[in-house]
Amino acid sequence: MSRAARPPSRFLRLRWSVLGAALLLASCVPAGILDPQGPIASAQLLLLINSTAIMLVVVVPVIVATLAFAWWYRSSNTDTARSLDESYEGRVEFVVWSIPALTVILLGGVIWIGSHQLDPRAPIAGKSDPLRVDVVALDWKWLFIYPDLGVAAVNQLVIPAGTPVKFRLTSATVMNSFFVPQLGSQIYTMGGMITHLNLLADGSGEYPGFSANFSGDGFSWMRFVVKSVPTGDFTAWVERTRGTGSGLDDASYAELARPSQNVPPTTYRSVEPKLFERVLDQTTAGPGTADPSRHAGG
Amino acid sequence: MLGRLSWSAIPFDEPLPLLSGAVVGVVILAILVAVTIKGWWPYLWREWLTSVDHKRIGVMYLALGLVMLLRGFSDAIMMRTQQAIAVGSAQGYLPPQHYDQVFSAHGTIMIFFVAMPLVIGLMNFAVPLQLGVRDVAFPVLNSVSLWLTATGALLINLSLVIGNFARTGWTAYPPLSELAFSPDVGVDYYLWSLQISGIGTLLTGINFVTTILKLRAPGMIYFRMPVFCWTALAANLLIVAAFPILTATFMMLLLDRYVGMHFFTNDAGGNQMMYVNLFWAWGHPEVYILILPAFGVFSEVVATFSGKGLFSYRSMVWATLAICVLSFMVWLHHFFTMGAGANVNAFFGIMSSIIAVPTGVKVFNWLFTMFRGRIVFQTPMLFAVGFIVTFVIGGLTGVLLAVPPVNFVLHNSAFLVAHFHNVIIGGVVFGALAGINYWFPKAFGFTLDERFGHASFWCWLIGFYLAFMPLYALGLMGMTRRLEHIPDPSWQPLLLVAEVGAIVIFCGILCQVAQLFVSIRTREQRRDLTGDPWNGRTLEWSTSSPPPAYNFAVLPKVETIDAFWQMKRTGRTPVAPAYEAIEMPRNSPAGFITAFFATVLGFSLIWHIWWLVILNFVAAVIVVLIAGWSIEREEEISAAEVAQMERAGRRPA
Amino acid sequence: MTIATALDRTLTAVPTELAHGRGGGGPAPKRIVVAYGFWIFILSDMVMFSALFAAYAVLSGNNAGGPTAPELFNLRNVFISTMCLLLSSYTCGIGVLSAEREQPTLFLVFAILTFALGAAFLFIEATEFAGMVAKGAGPWRSAFLSSFFTLVGTHGVHVASGLVALVYLMAQVRTHGLRPAVLRRLLCWSLFWHALDIVWVGVFTLVYLMGGH
Repeated sequence: MSRAARPPSRFLRLRWSVLGAALLLASCVPAGILDPQGPIASAQLLLLINSTAIMLVVVVPVIVATLAFAWWYRSSNTDTARSLDESYEGRVEFVVWSIPALTVILLGGVIWIGSHQLDPRAPIAGKSDPLRVDVVALDWKWLFIYPDLGVAAVNQLVIPAGTPVKFRLTSATVMNSFFVPQLGSQIYTMGGMITHLNLLADGSGEYPGFSANFSGDGFSWMRFVVKSVPTGDFTAWVERTRGTGSGLDDASYAELARPSQNVPPTTYRSVEPKLFERVLDQTTAGPGTADPSRHAGG
Repeated sequence: MLGRLSWSAIPFDEPLPLLSGAVVGVVILAILVAVTIKGWWPYLWREWLTSVDHKRIGVMYLALGLVMLLRGFSDAIMMRTQQAIAVGSAQGYLPPQHYDQVFSAHGTIMIFFVAMPLVIGLMNFAVPLQLGVRDVAFPVLNSVSLWLTATGALLINLSLVIGNFARTGWTAYPPLSELAFSPDVGVDYYLWSLQISGIGTLLTGINFVTTILKLRAPGMIYFRMPVFCWTALAANLLIVAAFPILTATFMMLLLDRYVGMHFFTNDAGGNQMMYVNLFWAWGHPEVYILILPAFGVFSEVVATFSGKGLFSYRSMVWATLAICVLSFMVWLHHFFTMGAGANVNAFFGIMSSIIAVPTGVKVFNWLFTMFRGRIVFQTPMLFAVGFIVTFVIGGLTGVLLAVPPVNFVLHNSAFLVAHFHNVIIGGVVFGALAGINYWFPKAFGFTLDERFGHASFWCWLIGFYLAFMPLYALGLMGMTRRLEHIPDPSWQPLLLVAEVGAIVIFCGILCQVAQLFVSIRTREQRRDLTGDPWNGRTLEWSTSSPPPAYNFAVLPKVETIDAFWQMKRTGRTPVAPAYEAIEMPRNSPAGFITAFFATVLGFSLIWHIWWLVILNFVAAVIVVLIAGWSIEREEEISAAEVAQMERAGRRPA
Repeated sequence: MTIATALDRTLTAVPTELAHGRGGGGPAPKRIVVAYGFWIFILSDMVMFSALFAAYAVLSGNNAGGPTAPELFNLRNVFISTMCLLLSSYTCGIGVLSAEREQPTLFLVFAILTFALGAAFLFIEATEFAGMVAKGAGPWRSAFLSSFFTLVGTHGVHVASGLVALVYLMAQVRTHGLRPAVLRRLLCWSLFWHALDIVWVGVFTLVYLMGGH
């Protein structure tokens, strides 16, 4: 029945080396969430690190203890004391419940405060006069409307650095999720509904964005780029956009809404007023809003 | 005549599904031919297909789960390969229409047709034995449950060669899963397959709650039940409370798709957020349905292989019940990013962290069971130690994801994928493999080969870390899930490491297959003659291996926790007690026949063959009414027969 | 024969030396096991209805510019059908008591009454549905109507199945007599029927009374 135990030191060697390798790899490439470019993303990364640290305080000793106990109390070890009849000890019981409870109480506080401070609906603290952007998720591209400026763009979002951006988001088709990892929170976009988000880019740069909720065949290509530029450059960009390309009216919107993938970034010199609201209404209006050519009979 | 079914449903122009379908078809045909030639049909029919014996049903569930593991895993390796090569300008070998089906099938199969059957199979086999009774409360219903699950598995596999599967992910969120955006049969295959097997699972839940609460050996009060039975009770209570929600939700989506209703559509007032809420109100308890029995297996294994009683049995029980209740209060953490607002998000985040408390208590209790024990590293114990280390990492990332602002940047990323595979593989799969190795000798009379058991453990462990640690990193770097094409070439090295991990896991699966073959071939060397190969503590080890159909000739009288351990210490009750006649349920083809009707029903509904739907329904009702007419379903084993079987089965202890 | 002795026939005594009151009495008798299992099934069915109730609560205001509840509901008819159903629970109770007292004829009389009342309930409901569809207020018109038809319709399907099962059980009583196995089935059936009554009270209140104005 019992046999000599395999030396579990192999546990230690293999496990730590694998974990170590993974951690090393992860720390080598600051990108995405590990490379925050705005206050929201920075706060979220800080929360991530702090929460992880709090839990590692418990998890690391547990892992070490598991491997240590497995090794030390193996049946072939003659040096150790054993107490095979013990199955309860009140003091241990108290500690066993307290450690997770205390950790969770601490985390609970972090969660409560963090959730309120980083509520996507909340305007960015200490900043005023946000730039308004309305976002429409289409199959399989992103439409960005600047309602106060009367221009729009597809698959590119130009914003002024240091200025908060106040998003209203919806989807003309299925559920998507607007996400720019380096700027922070993602938020779902849903047909017939509006979600809200507030982000800010500290400095200039180009940050990849994409949909984080699977939406069909073209999902992998549903990517856009956020270009954060100095305020002057932004104003210039708006002027240039007003002078080139076509306008976004009902006809061109209907054309845009047809399913397409891998759409190169474009701009529109003008936007039909209240287009965003009409997209909302159209999505809830009835059948026919979804293009049958979306699915090639597969 | 055949609804929307036509020859174009068969993927003649798609080599992969066509070829794999052909291979599977040939294998199945070969098996059927071999069985016919060898004349095994009467035996199979009598001893297995119409069996209502919980031990047989448990083995069949496990067989179903393990076979479906091969299908689910081949989906996995296809995905890993596609992601490893479709980087930058390369397109890979799986176009989106197929990749989307592969990942949808992978998730659906792994959860519903691998993890659930494995866990339910272990509960089926062990719970009545551990409770010291002869069978579950409703043995015929038990068989029906098994066969309905098998029907679901059959339907989902049919989608590979007749038609196609859903392209929505295993969660099938509307409006993507609505007719407007998924008009073909894929989502219908998904919905009917799961609706049918869901009924089977619900019946299992009813069966086991009744069994555990109303059928136990004399003297087995609640706080003398083995911990595995407590976790089984909690899991089955969750099944009873959660699966009806899924049934209702899928009913609503089916009504949207078949009748044109508007529960979740974009238009006419439908609400897609309601689907998300209802789905996860089932979905979160579901993962606890999977993990709680695994926890129970580990409680048994750690105690047995440490030679020591489980540390603090009572707090284990309370922790189990706490997890059971709390699992219903956390579901929103699956969609923090849907915009519920800070108060709601914070509440669910806090509740999700609270559930880590009883889980942590369990981990500490296992550790203190090992402390000052005498640990032997049979295969189940290896899995137990591997589980503890791996699961706490998964638990850490889980609590991390429970912090809403952190969730906002990690939701739906590769980090999330790594987290749930971390807890499911490290918890449920390891638990199932431990349980299989642990109870195999009881079921079949010989132990499994240890060398291949150890090899499979190491492959699974190393393979898991290689496959999923890179995904944690990738999630942090900004990679989202369900990508058919990888936009950033700098992610490729990590994806290649993940591919290697998948291959190592494949080696682990091969080792398991080898373990089975080798064990059967060399079984005489590892015969279990005493019924107690591990020096066990609970009542199942007091029976012969395998036990007789009636489990216990005389129901044991239980006086403590770990009843068998106490019986061994104080000396058993004298042999040759007064045997009485035992009433056992007759075999029944009800399960098999139900599966037949359910399969035809599902298939005809999926393909809109309305006349067949009606015909099948009427026929099924008639058969049920006729079969249900008889009211005497038991047969008697006389006292003399019992005595003889006991003498034959028992070897000296 | 008193009710007590009648029930004795269907209950077997639990060995007193082991019934510690903490569940240590050994496996329960078959009648209890079957009834308990059926209760658990009924609870699961209640969970399913709760999900449908929840869907109705969420969607009841979403009439997409179409017909609304006050325009559609005829509370007088619904009151009549409710009374039929409640009364059928009463006749069901008397019927089962008669069965347990070994009075098959009385049982059959009350079973037929129960069937008639249940059928009346379904008839009124079916006319209601047909009328709504004729007015263009079918379940495909709006989310409110989808959830209404599904909640009320699912209850109706349960009632219809119950009626079919009742006929079947009446036939079994006539053929097999009032044996323990048949009595167990009757007990389960009556639990089902009363549970449907409870669900209907919820439907009547939440859907008709609260939505009707």
